[in-house]
Amino acid sequence: MYDLALQASLPDWTATAPILALAATALVLLLVDTIDPDSSNSTLLAAVATIGSLVSFGLAGWLLVAGTGQPATGGAIELFGASLVVDGMALFFQLIFASVTALVVVASVDYLKGEAYQGEFYSLVLFAATGMALMAASNSLATAFVSLELASLPSYALVAFLKRNRGSVEASLKYFLIGAVSSAVFAFGISLVYAATGTLVLGDVAAGLAEATGMVGVAGIGVFMILGGFAFKTASVPFHFWAPEAYEGAPAPISGFLSSASKAAGFAVAFRVFTVAFPVGELVPMGIDWPLAFAVLAVVTMTLGNFAAATQENVKRMLAYSSIGHAGYALIGLAALSGGGPNGDVIGASMAHLLVYGFMNTGAFLFIAMTEHWELGRTFEDLNGLSTQAPMACLAMTVFMFSLAGLPPFGGFLSKYALFYSAIEGGFWWLAAVGAVNSALSLFYYSRVVKAMWIEDPVGTVELGSRPLGLYVAVMAAAIGTLLLLPAFGPVVETAQASAAALF
Amino acid sequence: MIIEALLAFTFVAALAVMVAPDEYAGRLAFALSLAPVVGSLWMWSRFDASGNALMDGSIAFETDIVWFTLGGFDLHWFVGVDGISLPLVVLTTILTSLAIVSAWTPIAERQSQFYGLMLFMEANLIGVFTALDFFVWFVFWEAVLVPMYFLVGVWGGPRRKYAAIKFFVYTNVASLAMFIGFIALVFGLGDSIGSTRLPEIAMALRADELGSLFGIPAPTLATAAFVAMFVGFAVKVPVAPLHTWLPDAHVEAPTPVSVMLAGVLLKMGTYALLRFNFTMLPEVAVQLAVPIAILAVVSVIYGAMLALAQEDLKRIVAYSSVSSMGYVILGLIAYTTYGVGGATFQMVAHGLISGLMFMTVGVVYNTTHTRMVGDMSGIADRMPVTAGIFVAGAFAYMGLPLMAGFAGEFFIFKGSFESTTFAGMPLFTAAAMFGIVIVAGYLLFAMQRTLFGPFRFDGEYDITEAPVHDVAPLAVLLALIIVLGVAPDLFFGMIQDAVNPILGGVS
Repeated sequence: MYDLALQASLPDWTATAPILALAATALVLLLVDTIDPDSSNSTLLAAVATIGSLVSFGLAGWLLVAGTGQPATGGAIELFGASLVVDGMALFFQLIFASVTALVVVASVDYLKGEAYQGEFYSLVLFAATGMALMAASNSLATAFVSLELASLPSYALVAFLKRNRGSVEASLKYFLIGAVSSAVFAFGISLVYAATGTLVLGDVAAGLAEATGMVGVAGIGVFMILGGFAFKTASVPFHFWAPEAYEGAPAPISGFLSSASKAAGFAVAFRVFTVAFPVGELVPMGIDWPLAFAVLAVVTMTLGNFAAATQENVKRMLAYSSIGHAGYALIGLAALSGGGPNGDVIGASMAHLLVYGFMNTGAFLFIAMTEHWELGRTFEDLNGLSTQAPMACLAMTVFMFSLAGLPPFGGFLSKYALFYSAIEGGFWWLAAVGAVNSALSLFYYSRVVKAMWIEDPVGTVELGSRPLGLYVAVMAAAIGTLLLLPAFGPVVETAQASAAALF
Repeated sequence: MIIEALLAFTFVAALAVMVAPDEYAGRLAFALSLAPVVGSLWMWSRFDASGNALMDGSIAFETDIVWFTLGGFDLHWFVGVDGISLPLVVLTTILTSLAIVSAWTPIAERQSQFYGLMLFMEANLIGVFTALDFFVWFVFWEAVLVPMYFLVGVWGGPRRKYAAIKFFVYTNVASLAMFIGFIALVFGLGDSIGSTRLPEIAMALRADELGSLFGIPAPTLATAAFVAMFVGFAVKVPVAPLHTWLPDAHVEAPTPVSVMLAGVLLKMGTYALLRFNFTMLPEVAVQLAVPIAILAVVSVIYGAMLALAQEDLKRIVAYSSVSSMGYVILGLIAYTTYGVGGATFQMVAHGLISGLMFMTVGVVYNTTHTRMVGDMSGIADRMPVTAGIFVAGAFAYMGLPLMAGFAGEFFIFKGSFESTTFAGMPLFTAAAMFGIVIVAGYLLFAMQRTLFGPFRFDGEYDITEAPVHDVAPLAVLLALIIVLGVAPDLFFGMIQDAVNPILGGVS
């Protein structure tokens, strides 16, 4: 096939092209901003950022389709002393990050009108995306830590971007403080694992753990501290306190970016670290039962997220809590692992859900960005009768809400189904049952948004003013993505499961 | 590929209408909706299936390709029609076109969205009646709820929000119960099936390959799954006592939406009952025949009694649907050619007749702006054509010979008298037939008070004959009802052919 020709004729490092494209775009943005520093030229900046992320998207998709780093073409490509690895999973996640980044930068054109420091904004987004793409390819605990920080630091700044807005600054501070603590926990966990095994490369850690019989206690504490680090990044209970604040206070496109891409990045590195470095089959007999910890985390996270979302009056906050709930669903990917189970299917289903989630959740936050652009209020009531004014945007939001709730005509249905099905298949039917009940509950608060937009009468006459083109394009693109992911779900889930199976 | 073409065309048409300007939306939607009508009639003229699609019969216009694989299960894009589904596809396309025309007068605001949603619903309904893989079917089944929710919630009457939410919650919870029941069967079958294609599952269940699941023995599992699915579908039908969403939804919904709700959406429930419960688990159905027959008879009598007690013309027609769908359940549980075949025929007949009745009430309402029986009398003087069609439709509902309702009810009664499902079946049939008397009672009573007698109207509107585009769809429906009543074999032959294989395993 053509895939062999691709990798045979190119040096190995070209497989990191999607990451390099993001990094290069971030640097080009800084360059553009240096040449024209008054940042009035936001269209040029956004265009550069969009093209860069689309190029990254194209490269990741191309490499994925060509089979780079997958078993059929000779297996994962290891780089820099095996501290980076390019395989199907890394490319799949890079596809998610690139698509979310593209949506976010397109939407930011209108959102940022009149704000200063636009060049910095776009380059920070692209740097964060680079960090996420690196996270997906990290094959050593050190690179995982460094790339996690590369993704996090720009995010702190981005959350605080509306610096005259108290909510934005407060959110950033909260995010930063909890982020710093969990980074410390994460780093300490890494050092404990290093103490027990003497290595940071994931594959060698697994081998080291198998021999480190005397250090089980140290290694175990290390594993659970690393788990805590990921729980922060994915906004899982009990490290979720920053999330509603940060998502609510941040500029809405950034909320979408954090709750979709950044969360997916946390899962990307967690999937790799826990499957490659801490294999279930060996650690569970040693007494380090991390799948159980993830199971508890998943159940608590989705239940708490959904119940908290159901009680919100503020739409953006509701989305923030529902995003915590979705982290709970995705955690099933790690919770439903067992020695000898259909582990590739479970993690693959989780990855496919994250891809669909990238579109529907980013889209939902971008819709909020649009309502903020129109200076509507933030409660459900403020959306009343909006469909008479902006039917297409409301149609798109309806698609996002129903898809997030997992109703059949949309992509979220099959991805949730695949997730719950794989969990049942692995014998974790109770986990799937909790997920299904939560999913049914979520319809309640998602449909409140739909009801407000379409069925309630407008409170007063609202003049929406301008039609923000960039926001419309991004929201529509996300809606079309959400819709098309239903018929196109086949290749998506098959690719995800095949690349996840390669981890075992 | 004709089915894919129909689906794709209708979806695209829905989008096109949704972005069209309001002034043209109604006309454009009608023009576009004629293509599915032609397509479905073409399917009918070229129909060459034999037997039941789920019971190893040959399937017409079949497409079966693997969509994707999930945990060892192949999910197929699998569509096709047999003698049970084709009449319902034809019913859907024709009724949608007529409902769109009947919307021209009452729907005044946000027209392009309204007609777009109608076409979107039509596409999903075609999908429900043609899909033969569980997942494809379920996607369409649930997708029907979304446009219905908006159609009731946005364009409905004063209590539309309550009605829309009640409808959505009831039917969505029902779908969940059904989904769990069916998936339990799939897991119970275990490795003996490789996909969720309905024929494969039906054949495996018929061949007694159901195993135990989580320690629940196969017979208990089958009964539990049957009950879960029955409850799920019974809400949609609706069978008393699960019918309470229906009068609310009907009364609040605008006329064209009521037409679709009564004409096609209720048939989704009985169609699914036939396809899933009665085809896949006949033994369980026979075991539970007595309670099901009791529910059917209660629906018939109770629905008719409720209709008798109403003052609102639309409520009368709405409750009468509960009653008529009770006959369909009775026919299904009879498990005879005439019973099950008659039930299928009655689905189409009731679709046409209840559609006609709702449209007629709608036309009267457009002119008088009231539906209360007490507010008017003798309006036949001022609206002779509408009144004439009202009378004809009511007669069809009562089961006058040479009209579709007669054929359907006659088949059902013949089938259930002959039924040997359990000993008391003729008794139940006799009890259900008493419903006909009540139907005649409330319809004659309503007509006599509104249409005839001296003219009186407690309102400020001029009562004149309705415009042509309001009356034309009524005339078309009436013509179809008579055609189907005179020549039931237009559909009944293919229905019988598809129904007979189901009865093979039952004595």
